Amino acid sequence: MNLHLKKIIFYAAILLAGIFAPIAFPAYTFQFAVLWLMILFALTWDILGGQMGYNSLGNILFFGAGMYICTVVQIGMYYDVGEYTAHFGAVKIDFTPYQYFTGIAAGLVLAGIACLGLAVVFGWIVFGLRGPYFAIGTLGVAIAAGELVGAWDYVGAGGGISLPNYPGGPGDREMFFYILCFVSAVCTFIFLKWLYSTRFQLALNAIRDDEEKAEAMGIHTNRYKTIAWSFAAFFLGISGGIFGNMTGFIEPLEVAFPTVTFGIFMVLMVLLGGKGTLWGPVIGAIIFHVIKELTWTYLLGWQWVALGALIIINVVYFQQGIMGWAQEKWPELFGITVDEAVASAEENSTADKEAVI
Amino acid sequence: MFDNLSLLGLVPMLNLQLLLDGLLIGSVFALAAYGLALVWGVMNIKNLAQGDFVILGGYIAFTLSQPPINLHPILSIPIIFVLMFVFGWGLYHTIIKRVIERDLFTSLLATFGLAIVIQQLINLAYGPDVQTAEAGMEIREFFGGEITIADTKLVSFLLALVVALLITLFMKKSRMGRAIRATSQNARAARIMGVDTDRVYAFTFSLNAAICGVAGVLISIIWVIQPFFGITHSIRSFVIVTSAGFGNLIGVILSALGLGTVEQFSGFVFGAEFQQATVVGLLVLVLIIRQIMQSRQRQVVK
Repeated sequence: MNLHLKKIIFYAAILLAGIFAPIAFPAYTFQFAVLWLMILFALTWDILGGQMGYNSLGNILFFGAGMYICTVVQIGMYYDVGEYTAHFGAVKIDFTPYQYFTGIAAGLVLAGIACLGLAVVFGWIVFGLRGPYFAIGTLGVAIAAGELVGAWDYVGAGGGISLPNYPGGPGDREMFFYILCFVSAVCTFIFLKWLYSTRFQLALNAIRDDEEKAEAMGIHTNRYKTIAWSFAAFFLGISGGIFGNMTGFIEPLEVAFPTVTFGIFMVLMVLLGGKGTLWGPVIGAIIFHVIKELTWTYLLGWQWVALGALIIINVVYFQQGIMGWAQEKWPELFGITVDEAVASAEENSTADKEAVI
Repeated sequence: MFDNLSLLGLVPMLNLQLLLDGLLIGSVFALAAYGLALVWGVMNIKNLAQGDFVILGGYIAFTLSQPPINLHPILSIPIIFVLMFVFGWGLYHTIIKRVIERDLFTSLLATFGLAIVIQQLINLAYGPDVQTAEAGMEIREFFGGEITIADTKLVSFLLALVVALLITLFMKKSRMGRAIRATSQNARAARIMGVDTDRVYAFTFSLNAAICGVAGVLISIIWVIQPFFGITHSIRSFVIVTSAGFGNLIGVILSALGLGTVEQFSGFVFGAEFQQATVVGLLVLVLIIRQIMQSRQRQVVK
């Protein structure tokens, strides 16, 4: 009971911090909003990368796709998209508040659903690949998607689209998007917390540990993989839609399909926090975001070198991540008990085996 | 796009020109791809920094060809071979050594981090401008100017050929070459036979860096180098190795020549800005084809 109460207080404290952070530090509202998106990125990447053992380098595909789908829906509901993008800069079209909010609501919902569909289609292409081929294949798909959108005149090609202006004051605008980011990240977390309490997580873990055996046990691995990826895609699609509206201007290579920035950040955040745990990605995202903001401010010019070095150090020397490290250090806290007798016996037997091999 | 296609039909010589250019450039791609096949096959490292080694080699050649030294880029090849070899040796002992025994994604991500560091350091040192190492050679014309071949391309083709021959000879005849082949076949058996596999790995990785450096010099002569072009070169190497398989020099050469040709044609038909899209599209295509081939035998691409 006591533990239960502690948990409730813990979650309530986080929610309160989330709600009051932008009120207490209004100058950093945009940064806080991006932080929630980062948490969402890390959580969704971990569904495949951590729980299922499929290290995707191309999840950013759904972020960009969601961004473009949301934008096209938002504009397309009231204007002709081709005309809107072609006259970009020349014609300034104002959206009424009603048009704006119905557009963004419909856009976000459709972005999520369409990305879910995209994940099913692309899952069919990439899930026959394993290990490094999967990583490189997804990276290839994401880069190709960026290049293709960049050649598509209807959505503004390489020139991009500028999104409708927010009908309201500048302070309201930031708060509005902060709330959107906050709610979507919290929803993702709650959904995953529920998902990881079901059989679904066990199936994903089985695929990670040994896919052939999992299949032999009667798990439809392809179905599980596709469903897991479409969950990730759904939330990433929505986050893409929000981010597009937040920045106010979208463009294929730097904003929508940034394979080497956001696409790598999400991997790095999960590795930093600890793969395959629920809290690891959250902690990793927070620490990473703080490090990133600091290096971007104080190491200007060298920030990318610092980032690359961070990847190398993290991967080579600290692969278990913060959560993994904590689990090793204080296993009791995580409900892991080590039976000394069994452990030492096992150690001996593996030592024997190694000697035989 | 369709105009360009019909132009190809109208002027048959243009096809020949594109084919020749593609083959000549493809020969340079083959070098870097062979290096990747080597580290992949021998030590199971998927080196995503491959392209950045190439670009680094190109920038060293560019620096040596500049005023204080004024060394002709072709003469700088031996120097760059040695420099890049030492560079690879250092990298092996600081980073690669620690990821060899880990799972596959580790080496991929570690080398990706390495790629970012290299490209950003080059960017800080030289800026994001496109550079070329000037070799000062002429352009030959054939068929009354309908087909032109730059001497640099011919020379680089020959040099690539020479380097490939030397490496093949080295792998076949020398003691270290034999040790490398033994390790790639069965590292444990090689260890039992007294091969110091750690040294073999270090040597293989350094050799790869050196080969990439030479490829980079040739690229800087016949084409352009830019700090961020590394990733495209890496993906090229991956396309070539994925379609050819490793330990198969002939396959690597053939698919490299094929890739060079396809790139030239698509660059002509769709426009030069689609170069990266073509390479990436080919990668996805190769992976899909290999998946279909494997799934017929109820297997997956591992």
